[in-house]
Amino acid sequence: MRIPGQVLRLSVPVVVVIGGFLFARSRLVPPTFGDIGHYRAAALGEIAALPIHYAGADSCAVADCHEDVMETKMAGYHRGVSCEVCHGPAADHVKDPENVKVKKPKSRTLCPVCHTYLLARPTGFPQIILESHNMPKSCIKCHDPHDPVPSEAPSECSGCHRTIVSLKMVSKHSDLKCTTCHQTPTAHFLEPRKNRPSKPADRDFCGKCHAEGTKPPDALEDAPKLNMATHYPKSNCWQCHFPHQPEAR
Amino acid sequence: MNRRAFVTKLAASLSLPIGLSWLGGLGGLVASLLVTPAAGARSEAKSGRPDKQKWASANLPEGYDPSAHLYSMAVQVDKCIGCGRCADACKKENGVPLEPFFFRTWVERYTTDEHGEVAVDSPNGGIDGFPPLEGAGRMRSFFVPKLCNQCENPPCVQVCPVGATFKTPDGVVLVDESYCIGCRYCIQACPYGARYLHPEKRVADKCTFCYHRITRGLQPACVEACPVEARVFGDLKQKASPLQRILRIGRLQVLKGYLNTRPKVVYTGLDMEVR
Amino acid sequence: MEPLFQSLAEAQKHVDGFIYPNEIELHWGLLICLYPYLTGLVAGAFILASLNKLFNVAELKPTYRLSMLTSLAFLLCATLPLVAHLGHHERFYEILMTPNPTSAMAMFGFVYAWYLMAVLLLEIWFDYRKDLILWARRERFPMKLIHRALALFSSDLSEKALRFDDKAVKRITMIGVPSAFLLHGYVGFIFGSVKANPWWSSVIMPVVFLFSAIVSGIALVFLLYMITCLLRHQSIDMKCADKLADLLLYAMLVDFALEILDFVHRVYEAEESIDILAQLLMQKLFVSLIVVQLLLGMMLPLALLGITRIKRRTTPEEMRRLVYVASTVLVQVGIFSMRWNVVVGGQLFSKSLRGLMTYKTDLLGLEGLLTAMAILILPLVILYVLAKILPPWPESRADAVPPAPPAPVPATAS
Repeated sequence: MRIPGQVLRLSVPVVVVIGGFLFARSRLVPPTFGDIGHYRAAALGEIAALPIHYAGADSCAVADCHEDVMETKMAGYHRGVSCEVCHGPAADHVKDPENVKVKKPKSRTLCPVCHTYLLARPTGFPQIILESHNMPKSCIKCHDPHDPVPSEAPSECSGCHRTIVSLKMVSKHSDLKCTTCHQTPTAHFLEPRKNRPSKPADRDFCGKCHAEGTKPPDALEDAPKLNMATHYPKSNCWQCHFPHQPEAR
Repeated sequence: MNRRAFVTKLAASLSLPIGLSWLGGLGGLVASLLVTPAAGARSEAKSGRPDKQKWASANLPEGYDPSAHLYSMAVQVDKCIGCGRCADACKKENGVPLEPFFFRTWVERYTTDEHGEVAVDSPNGGIDGFPPLEGAGRMRSFFVPKLCNQCENPPCVQVCPVGATFKTPDGVVLVDESYCIGCRYCIQACPYGARYLHPEKRVADKCTFCYHRITRGLQPACVEACPVEARVFGDLKQKASPLQRILRIGRLQVLKGYLNTRPKVVYTGLDMEVR
Repeated sequence: MEPLFQSLAEAQKHVDGFIYPNEIELHWGLLICLYPYLTGLVAGAFILASLNKLFNVAELKPTYRLSMLTSLAFLLCATLPLVAHLGHHERFYEILMTPNPTSAMAMFGFVYAWYLMAVLLLEIWFDYRKDLILWARRERFPMKLIHRALALFSSDLSEKALRFDDKAVKRITMIGVPSAFLLHGYVGFIFGSVKANPWWSSVIMPVVFLFSAIVSGIALVFLLYMITCLLRHQSIDMKCADKLADLLLYAMLVDFALEILDFVHRVYEAEESIDILAQLLMQKLFVSLIVVQLLLGMMLPLALLGITRIKRRTTPEEMRRLVYVASTVLVQVGIFSMRWNVVVGGQLFSKSLRGLMTYKTDLLGLEGLLTAMAILILPLVILYVLAKILPPWPESRADAVPPAPPAPVPATAS
């Protein structure tokens, strides 16, 4: 079959375009592209070689550096708080300790970032209402940041359980002290997770005030009474009623 | 498909409709002359090679074998106190612009009231902490740290037109900033809002699991900074680690699992309101 | 960067609800709305041309060459908004050098190159070859050289060669139609395949894009045909115009049906995203979608064209022409706003499904209104140049019979 003249003429620009494309490709595709996957393999190394700014929790406890502070910290409540959380990135300081120093936060601005009261924070986490807590003293005046035990043990539960306290305060149980239902060893204020307060064991505890015919202690006469034998006898009270805000209706 | 095969196929497909099938052969010949010599060597030597050589051109830290690791993270929502130290440390470690429009990781706060209305906020990603919320009647409230989920089936990698974002053999999704063209398709494709366009470099950017740290045995900056161990980083190929314990005993969730991105960031204690 | 931060800070004030922190910057703006609009016109104009060549709709012959040149003029400008939008314009070639086989966007370079070279340029060449040779014979420098060069210095006018030309055009149109579908369909797929975005993610997206492309392409060529007839003081071939109006009407009906289907489907399934999308529609997109795209861009032209179609025999030519001009202009506005509503609309709500954002276009700058208008006008300038070099007018054909002088107008006409 004789190739038509038009086709022969067209083949010239076609060859030029395809040839140009192939040539360009040989020049423009980066050297390590495709070695591992559809990407430039050298990028892995480039990203892995980026500068490090945070030295890591293990870098401070080196001998002749900050061993003593670390020992104190590891025995206290801030044992899980890495040094660089408060002192900032310290990799440069580790490389050149004499000339590059880290910051030492001294004002009231850093500690509240973790410790100011927020409803969303889990219960049991120590929180303060910043405006009413020893204004305008700096936090470290009373709390050693490396062993932040307060100068005196908290007298109330609201230091760590403010949400529960604030709910209870506006509830029908507002006159009850926390210790009415929870026997709290004094050691709980020093090592909370090791020395936990008790929780009522069964229905009879609530029945002490709420069962018909009982005389509640502390003259809490207006506690609603009900027949404990017929009121859901198989369940515990707190399966339905939230003890800290027990409004039934 | 290696370079030679691709070029030959393309040359053949362009030449056929014009009725010049012989050009396909010519194209193949031309292709073999014009492709870089390394392509041939690579394609022959692919099988049965010692691993060191496979990663040689990646130029990774001495002795680091990516195929021996598979990184993952667990986030324990119940532990998070919303202090934002993670987001702050991330910006400082990775040089992320400090303006409140670019985040590799951030913390969200969810608050549900007794009517079931949900309020979500994340002021400056949580870096400066959170302000107290007005009003009463709160039911559930908690913090949720978010970051790139380093998906095993990443939609961002799928849509990148040039191969500038990719999944490494150790399971981290990275962006090659000297190759990215800034088309932003990956930013559109990420269901989690984990990516942003770097305002100066004009390329896509996102959490890298602090690749420069983990390849040297360190923890990512956000994990370092978390004071309550809400973020637990680990290597899935390591049999014993805090991460493995969580994977064993926790009741785990992932974000937007129905999209089948197979995220490698798992959550414990995730609430139904979290998106 | 400072202006960027200022505009983002401003945008943050207008956030309604919760958005992921990174979502404050809207990435695909005016330029990216332009791109599907331009490629839609390219594909649509080509489909119109193929209706004449392949499906032998003879009335469309006066617009065949105009459609092809329109397609080419807009295709040459189609890459501009994309390259302008990139964070690194100078790296645009990477899409051709290392295309990622899983990325729809990577297909762009090759589909574009294929459509431009293997379909459009080739078909135009084969169609014009005879005329280029005949024109060159009658002309002087420089047009003589230009035409001879464009014909690749061929001079074969034998029966065999001319028959080959005809066959080639038909064959190329045959692969051209699916190629045009691919050229614009993949744009719809780029959006439709993003599972992260519930406004975009839809099976029907490529189909809707394609049919709205056909609508806009037919409308554009129709409008250009009428305008160029006016500029050349030629009378509009009403048979052609009426045919174009019919085709436009049918295409619009299909497009409308598809869009209604998408809407009904969404509302019926009422997936999780329905709440935020309803808010999006009623708050952010009310004007651009309900008023401009639906009422002005679809319902009104449908009504005008439909009524004119039904009452064609009793509607005077001038009235019909007025309706056609109005409809084609409204259609352009409507189809552009459809692109806007898809591209920008899909970014105005958060992927957390809890918030809405805003987008303000700049006036100046690479992503500004002025740049967009320049990119819209440029294809018309290119079309003008193409029309000078490769006149598409029926009377410019080398073998055209000179038109008879117009009949004398009776003195009583007013």
